[in-house]
Amino acid sequence: MIPELGYGATVAAFVLALWGAVAAVASARTGRAALLRSGERAAVGAWALVTACIALMLYAFLTFDFSVQYVAVNTNRGTPFYYRITALWGALEGSIVLWSWMLSIYTLIVVVQYRRRQPELYPWVLSVMLGILAFFLLVMTIPAPPFERLTPIPADGRGLNPLLQDSGMITHPVALYLGFTGFTVPFAFAMAALIVGRTGEEWITITRRWTIIAWYFLSLGLLIGGWWSYHVLGWGGYWAWDPVENAAFMPFLTATAFLHSVMVQERRRMLKLWNLSLIILTFGLTIFGTFLTRSGIIGSVHSFTQGSIGVFFLAFLALVLLGSFSLLASRVERLRAEGVLDSVVSRESTFLLNNLFLVAATFTVFFGTVFPLLSEAVRGVKISVGAPFFNLVNIPVFLALLFLMGVGPLIAWRRASAKNLKRNFLKPVVAGLVAAAALRALGVANGLVLTTMALVVFVAGTIALDLFRAVRARRRSGDDWGAATWGLLLRQNRRYGGFIVHLGILVIALGVAGSQAWSVQKEVTLDKGQSTELAGYHVRFDGLSASEESNHGKVTGAFTVTNGRAGGHMLYPAKKFYPQEQSPIAAVDYQLGWIEDIYLVLGDFAPDGSHATVKLQVNRMVSWLWLGGLVLTLGAALAILPDARRPA
Amino acid sequence: MRWAIPAAVVPVLVLLAYGFRTDPREIPSPLLGRPAAAFSLTTFAGSPLSLEDLRGKVVMLNFWASWCVPACYEEAPALERTWRAYKDKGVMVVGVDVQDKEEAAREFLRRFDHSFPNAPDPRGRVSVDYGVYGVPETFFIDRKGRVRFKHVGALTDEIARRHLDALLKEPS
Repeated sequence: MIPELGYGATVAAFVLALWGAVAAVASARTGRAALLRSGERAAVGAWALVTACIALMLYAFLTFDFSVQYVAVNTNRGTPFYYRITALWGALEGSIVLWSWMLSIYTLIVVVQYRRRQPELYPWVLSVMLGILAFFLLVMTIPAPPFERLTPIPADGRGLNPLLQDSGMITHPVALYLGFTGFTVPFAFAMAALIVGRTGEEWITITRRWTIIAWYFLSLGLLIGGWWSYHVLGWGGYWAWDPVENAAFMPFLTATAFLHSVMVQERRRMLKLWNLSLIILTFGLTIFGTFLTRSGIIGSVHSFTQGSIGVFFLAFLALVLLGSFSLLASRVERLRAEGVLDSVVSRESTFLLNNLFLVAATFTVFFGTVFPLLSEAVRGVKISVGAPFFNLVNIPVFLALLFLMGVGPLIAWRRASAKNLKRNFLKPVVAGLVAAAALRALGVANGLVLTTMALVVFVAGTIALDLFRAVRARRRSGDDWGAATWGLLLRQNRRYGGFIVHLGILVIALGVAGSQAWSVQKEVTLDKGQSTELAGYHVRFDGLSASEESNHGKVTGAFTVTNGRAGGHMLYPAKKFYPQEQSPIAAVDYQLGWIEDIYLVLGDFAPDGSHATVKLQVNRMVSWLWLGGLVLTLGAALAILPDARRPA
Repeated sequence: MRWAIPAAVVPVLVLLAYGFRTDPREIPSPLLGRPAAAFSLTTFAGSPLSLEDLRGKVVMLNFWASWCVPACYEEAPALERTWRAYKDKGVMVVGVDVQDKEEAAREFLRRFDHSFPNAPDPRGRVSVDYGVYGVPETFFIDRKGRVRFKHVGALTDEIARRHLDALLKEPS
């Protein structure tokens, strides 16, 4: 029953979305309000039907309805309750359902928020959003039907990919997709502005806020993905420049570029063409990312399905890029800058440089990601470029971006005077250099760490100095320190939200540099009772135990870890044996700390428990990444708040 | 000049379209052309089965599992059809069941009425020797006992026929 109901709902939602897109355009052309209302009702209907699809799918998972092929492949009777829900987006078909659902929700929000406020842009925005929704529903109808019926009905299913049976998989895809789909809103507004020919400032204001929201979810998705990689995959890292990671990173870079360059447009009426291009590029990259992940044209650890879905996505990508860039090209005259760049030493040019670096980083990541294809097409050999390439090219770029992060917010618009420069930057520059020199004196010889440290202290110094001055100014009007700071944060939430996001990035940068430079590891085979030592930790192998879990068998090693100071504690890395997998899955155990994590991965072992191989890692400062993510969240939340200075 | 922007997109799209012609998962097996690893197993029916005894025949060695939904279920009828069509022409079809529960495996064989020998691979040794990455995978072994083709994913009648005919044509 469920397959038929689900398929019916999918097709109906597709028809409604398509009708809504057409009706909205027709209403914009003819001015007939009834058509627009019909388009809105179609949007609501499509949302209700996609919601029904989600509900049906959940019901099928919770009742083990193996007549739905997707359920049979991604769950079995042993799958815990928790993961029967996340199995919903554990594979291709379900993740497209989730995508469509989020898109339909964003569409609904747009309807509620803008139907009265933006009468001119709104019909086009609605049409673009519903058109994109229709595409995803078409994918659900033809190449990736989630409700495909399985006959005969098997007694049990295959089970969810064990690597996805982790709490990170509840939040990571949701956050990532909220980010990906969120970029549809700015894209729709950009298209509407181009079509209507109103390329002034209002679409920019709307778009900026939506971009921050999508940007924030995407950042969160990337960080949770890093956390998943760190504590599930068992290699002790959080980022591998894998094609799928890159696919999510590229729109993050271009969106970051947009969030900065948009300020130049707001303030100086420049860079209009550029900003529109960034919006198109960001949205295009989200589709490209999905294409890359889902078409299987490039091998990746996130190996997903192949099939005709790739063709659908490529056709859609072509339509989006060619259509929107052609539209942009046809409107070039309207997009001329009204302001001019007065001086190289100005905030405009700092932001331009920041954009240049971010786009260069995007390009290198893109180039590295498609390189295997390129080399196969040109030379007939499949060659992948690995982390060394990405690091070599991107580390200098990211360091330069850190530097600009300190300069950009405080340098004067138009033309910075020597006095402006000295007042804002002298002390932070000195602080950065002193910090690096102090670290050097303490024996830190790693150039990357020293440079990062100098830059981080410099940027933090500029922020602290600015905040200190602003708070001091408010105190003169009688507030105490707390009230003054709080009032400032709320009153200039956009500025200080941005600063707090910057602080979060600084903390992340320290985490990356520290973990790259200082983490150590070794792999040893220990007899029962034998100990080994790494970076001051003594690790003793106490034996193995076997257990049978609901959907897998498990062999657990017991290790006592002591580090001289405190008493020992136990760590239990394990190997899980899932019947549906060829090779066992490592279950890492670790103890996290602010300075360092001790991280154990169980390798081969003797069946009688007499000896076992274990990989020990002492990973330094990795926790700073997660801390930075928290700071970033606070900053983004502050920046998203409605602007207190003018009515929204 | 203004149309340079949309035009710049075209080469990227062409490159991506080219990607469909390649298969990143199609990793050439280093075993191709090499002597096939020997194995001796006991079939579900209880009789011994070893590659050594099949020398002189063309062997189609299929790795499967009852939990492998849907690919193993898709190819199962084709395997039986191929076996029936070729068993009198000097071809042996052998199924190796990977990491499975015995009851479920027997149920699978009953459902598809497989009449060619099928054996469990209790410690996974045979699949390791053949570098099986996932199921289903099918290896074609020539009369001299060398691995000649490897097919990843569900097998079809056409693919089986093509490889078997090629190997049967070769002088023994």
